Amino acid sequence: MRRFIAGAAVLVAALIATSQPAAACAGLIGPNGAVNLLRTTTFAGYTNGVEHYVTSFKFQGGSGQFGSLIPLPDVPTKVEKGGDWTLQRLIRETEVFAKRNVFGPVALSAGAREDAQVLMQVKIDALDITVLKGGGEAVGRWATEKGFRLPPDGPEVLDFYAARSPIFLAAVFDADAAKARGQQIGDGTPVHITIPTANPWVPLRILATGKNADARVEADVYLLTDRKPVLLPAPFANGMQLQYSQTASASLLNDLRSDRGMDWVPEMAWLTKIGINAAASQLTYDLAVSANGTVPSRVAAGLEAPAKPQAPSIPPSSQPIALVGIAMLGLGALLLIGKFAPRSVRP
Amino acid sequence: MRRVLVALALAAFVASACAPAVAATLPTEVGIRIHYSRFAPNRIEVPANVPITFTIVNDDPIDHEWLIGDSAFHNRHRGGTESVHGDRFGEVSLPALTTKTATLTFEPGTYTFICHFPGHEAYGMVGVLVARG
Repeated sequence: MRRFIAGAAVLVAALIATSQPAAACAGLIGPNGAVNLLRTTTFAGYTNGVEHYVTSFKFQGGSGQFGSLIPLPDVPTKVEKGGDWTLQRLIRETEVFAKRNVFGPVALSAGAREDAQVLMQVKIDALDITVLKGGGEAVGRWATEKGFRLPPDGPEVLDFYAARSPIFLAAVFDADAAKARGQQIGDGTPVHITIPTANPWVPLRILATGKNADARVEADVYLLTDRKPVLLPAPFANGMQLQYSQTASASLLNDLRSDRGMDWVPEMAWLTKIGINAAASQLTYDLAVSANGTVPSRVAAGLEAPAKPQAPSIPPSSQPIALVGIAMLGLGALLLIGKFAPRSVRP
Repeated sequence: MRRVLVALALAAFVASACAPAVAATLPTEVGIRIHYSRFAPNRIEVPANVPITFTIVNDDPIDHEWLIGDSAFHNRHRGGTESVHGDRFGEVSLPALTTKTATLTFEPGTYTFICHFPGHEAYGMVGVLVARG
């Protein structure tokens, strides 16, 4: 069984590096003012046929409930609280590297309207996480019925992703519950998601959801694969830039492995960092990743629609899986504007 | 010169004779579909001073609205705070995946219909209705 790790950390809006401006976040609107989702960072690793995602959600300001919808490539088997410093360690690895100057993601559902199926519900600190299965319409309806308001491009984007995978993760942050727990605004909540998948892609288009065409989208995508990956589209002159690409250091892998829930991190891997700095109108595609040397799928990159909606599949354990690069762009995705947000609150 | 004047007079006569004929061919029942936060059609012509029945289908899993009026009407709604409409002329709220009908009569002129949910107008959820008398 091939073992490799794919890691993808994606920052939505505000981003991973502490030097990044928090103002890059899309604005979540709460009933008493703007709430900025400071950063969403995701690391994805793949080994023994299972993909592990560690994602952190940070919120700043506001009250009420806010959330995001994140497309997933397949059905997760477990959602639990993640390690405390995996994401930060990954960031630090590439920041040091940069200083040395070394270089280095809709077809409408057919037939009668079906409700979204709730596959899993987990509460982690002040985060209510729901894994949904359904077409774009069903998932959008679920969010609307829960009292959240999707942006105008939400229906089309949901269909875009549902055509490839009908699995979505909704992460709803209750700011009032966080205060009651004693959480400080800006504290991160790491979430570890375990997903068997044979169809890896990193959702990028979802970063532009709800933004004006000329709005800038900035994010960092971290990929950790068993060998140097092949990417589609290639990160060149399309809003993406390859900023780091080399063998992951033993130090990094050892540090990651020692964090909670990360004992599956292998001994060797390739680390890639892609910087996203694009106009929202440029992000009409996702990032397909192949870590086995083959050319990634145009369908996985969102460059072509699938022939028919893809059903989630759990690959057999003996089947090698290319990459697990699904970075969760919690923020940039579909922002579920705060529950109970009155019309009077205008962005 | 005389020929020109006769031609002009004939043209004016034809135009005036055709106007009510054109209006008579315009629909009095109009279907509008909302899909991916867009109106289709987004340009409608109807006869003025005649009740027009609009059937508006919201195919999106999100709420929309169909507000039709002049610029002053829309300026008021851009700054409005009502989350639901329906009891006043030209104001139709459409919850997700619903269909509503409204029967309205317009004086001759051009009107705009817009969804004033945050971000929807800027996204392109705008249409024009011309009432021909």
